[in-house]
Amino acid sequence: MTYIAKPKFHHPGLPKNDLGFTHRDYEGKISTLCAGCGHDSITASIIEACFELSIEPHRVAKISGIGCSSKTPDYFLGNSHGFNSVHGRMPSVLTGANLANRELIYLGVSGDGDSASIGFGQFAHSIRRGVNMTYIVENNGVYGLTKGQFSATADRGSKSKKGLINNDSPIDLVAIALQLGASFVARSFSGDKTQLVPLIAAAIQHKGAAFIDVISPCVAFNNHAGSTKSFDYVREHNDAVNRLDVISGRDPITVDYAPGTVQLVEQHDGTRIALRKIDADYDPHDRVGAMSFLQKHAARGQIVTGLLFVDPESDDLHSHLDTVEVPLNTLDAGDLCPGTAALEKINASLR
Amino acid sequence: MKPTDISAPDYFHKVVDCQWACPAHTPVPEYIRLIAEGRYSDAYMINWRSNVFPGILGRTCDRPCEPACRRGRVEDTPVAICRLKRVAADFKDDVKHRMPKLSAKNGKRIAIVGGGPASLTVARDLAPLGYHCTVFDSDPKAGGMMRTQIPKFRLPDSVIDEETDYILNLGIDFKGGHRIDSLKQLLTENFDAVFVGSGAPRGRELEIPGRKEAAANIHIGIEWLASVSFEHVSKIGKRVIVLGGGNTAMDCCRTARRLGGEDVKVVVRSGFEEMKASPWEKEDALHEDIPILNFMVPVAFVHDNGKLTGVTFQKVKAEYDANGRRNLVPAGEADETINCDDVLVAVGQENAFPWIERDCGVEFDKWNMPKVDARTFVSTNPKVFFGGDAAFGPKNIIWAVAHGHDAALSIHKMLSGEDITERPLPEVTISSQKMGIHEWSYDNDISVDKRYKVPHRDKVIALKDIRAEVELGYDVKLALGEAHRCLNCDVQTVFAAPLCIECDACVDICPMDCITFTQNGEEEDLRTRLKAPSPHPDQDLYVADGLKTGRVMVKDEDVCLHCGLCAERCPTGAWDMQKYLIDMTHAGTSCPSKARSAA
Repeated sequence: MTYIAKPKFHHPGLPKNDLGFTHRDYEGKISTLCAGCGHDSITASIIEACFELSIEPHRVAKISGIGCSSKTPDYFLGNSHGFNSVHGRMPSVLTGANLANRELIYLGVSGDGDSASIGFGQFAHSIRRGVNMTYIVENNGVYGLTKGQFSATADRGSKSKKGLINNDSPIDLVAIALQLGASFVARSFSGDKTQLVPLIAAAIQHKGAAFIDVISPCVAFNNHAGSTKSFDYVREHNDAVNRLDVISGRDPITVDYAPGTVQLVEQHDGTRIALRKIDADYDPHDRVGAMSFLQKHAARGQIVTGLLFVDPESDDLHSHLDTVEVPLNTLDAGDLCPGTAALEKINASLR
Repeated sequence: MKPTDISAPDYFHKVVDCQWACPAHTPVPEYIRLIAEGRYSDAYMINWRSNVFPGILGRTCDRPCEPACRRGRVEDTPVAICRLKRVAADFKDDVKHRMPKLSAKNGKRIAIVGGGPASLTVARDLAPLGYHCTVFDSDPKAGGMMRTQIPKFRLPDSVIDEETDYILNLGIDFKGGHRIDSLKQLLTENFDAVFVGSGAPRGRELEIPGRKEAAANIHIGIEWLASVSFEHVSKIGKRVIVLGGGNTAMDCCRTARRLGGEDVKVVVRSGFEEMKASPWEKEDALHEDIPILNFMVPVAFVHDNGKLTGVTFQKVKAEYDANGRRNLVPAGEADETINCDDVLVAVGQENAFPWIERDCGVEFDKWNMPKVDARTFVSTNPKVFFGGDAAFGPKNIIWAVAHGHDAALSIHKMLSGEDITERPLPEVTISSQKMGIHEWSYDNDISVDKRYKVPHRDKVIALKDIRAEVELGYDVKLALGEAHRCLNCDVQTVFAAPLCIECDACVDICPMDCITFTQNGEEEDLRTRLKAPSPHPDQDLYVADGLKTGRVMVKDEDVCLHCGLCAERCPTGAWDMQKYLIDMTHAGTSCPSKARSAA
């Protein structure tokens, strides 16, 4: 951490987005995490993605649980809505907020402890319900705040900083998210912003439950030899299936790609993603294929990253429940209390 | 790009923009930190060693450092470096005991012609080494143009006396009121070396109709200023026209306002922006209700039987040719005559060497200037050196000081039997400023304050007394505020690639987006791939290779705040903040060869 505030000055030539903001306008307070924490890079990537998408900060609700990762919403989007909830309870708070006001952009930020242990059930249910959100897990495989115990995502056989070997099987949140029906599933690495930033941008634009597992080395407790979540290990074992560019709006695509290397994915709102294939056989529309691809590579010790699955025809909890089209706080008394006649009608229909 | 060689003394020197731009290379951030600490005497001595006249320069310097100041690229205005220098001079304790001690004479005798800044610098550098220095000046007191041409309301005599005395008290033989009329004669007087620092003493004439007839009320600016300084002149007509757009013109018009000039105008050939006067001097003139009229070329002095009544001007406009060169062409408007009682001509200065015989070994070029080597300041006579305005024409005090240092070094080397063309490198020290996990020995919390204004004396009072100093200088509180604006550019960001784990922490925290990790390429290409635009190619890129991913670290030095957040955020100590002190080589600096290894 640092004692001084980040100076207000910024580079005089910084680009501005459609709203006239620079990326500095999307910052929050200065991070109090350890120097070099991977989470800070994810924070920077969220800032960059929101800047590139020209998101109005007050249109975002950032919600988190407990842990190093869950502290980070304080460090980005200082002008957004925020809710630092109870340990593992981010998904239910987010779901509730989303039901009340469907017009905000929901950013759930959690960690491996928050989502794979105490909040595992919460995680599962928010995904299977298809809550329209971007659910980011900042995954370092370790309990950093309590000084380095293995978390539920630590790989079997990996070594702690103190030298202990982990004997428990790991939970792969990506595999679970795929199984539970997430309509956008990706994995990335905090040390690779060129991959991570467009993934976050695409997830924000995705309608439905978008899940990103970001491997984020803990420099204090999980960045040593024998760790499978260290900078060096992830760089050596990173198997990226694709890279993507988010194409905002409906502008014609001007980027020049070699034929056969690009797959265009059009999402509900008309935004498009250009996927530059690295693995030519990988099909990001095949959920079952993705699951077995993931398992096969995990068995070989490879960390599969990229956009692993996307359902362009996805929908969300609001369409499942057929809720009202507008935020609840815009309904007037007449809508909320339609009167005795309406009640009678409902009661009659249930008899 | 090739990885940057940070051991080359110039690399980090260039990052300290102010020091790099200063002809004498004064370690600006170092003394500003001392001012912030209240260590005014220490700040003064750093200045004194480097620029010899801190109190004088703190009021009158042309400040090449300020346009270079990094702060001017980060926000609107640079740090008020010049006026902070004055703070050191104003608030210091008695520093007499810190001056060099009188040394035993080494038997070598140096003649120094002229008592201005270049000459006094030579004397100051050489006297402590044991040289017997004799300074000749036609004026009774030392100081040269600093005393004669700069008005007292900008630079009081007391300041000149104090700072010339520090030098003269080093055992220098000052012969005031002694004009040298013959270099040949001087060379026969058994001096081991002669330094000519006689300035550019002649004001340029303006030969237009009426000049001779109305001569009684037409004065040459620098001569008139000198007469005012020596109190030979104490009044001027009510309506005064000052011709010329340089700093001398500004001094003339403001002096005229104090000697009875009620309607004083400055009339300039060029446009306002292109005027040679420093912006702050123009501001001060305007503040004293002196209009500056531009694009007007004087064509005739109007007189009534020899009594000046006005000046006629042709109106011109600027046109630019294909090469961007400006030409002033008639605007096609009618000429305008402005009535006046007196005219001050301040259209430039010239060198004049009537006292140097052309057969004493000093060769002159076709412009009648002595042939002087730009590095060693030696003339074609190996015993005769030039410096200040006498060497390359009119510049300013700080250049004269820089010339003096270099000439003194040459003289010392020559008289030590060394090759004067071998110039020792500056002495460089670099040391980490880390005091604790996130603590530094300098204040890295960047102030966002705007430049503080220097308080001025009330205009009504100032205009009544020609000796009343207009600028009152910063008080301690203002000085502290201004000192905090300094970005400490001498505390360098030093990167060690083998320690870097490429976690991006520095990239994310850098408030100015200076740092990029990317594939290497040619400079032109790299500059297009940085995290933020790179509009100043004269500002270096710091490139380091040897990273595990094969990328390079590229840091654009341009707008780095030197806040040290990269180093605070670095988990492995790959970034460190290290103070880089560059001490220019002066005559008698010991062990200059060490500089290479220290760097």
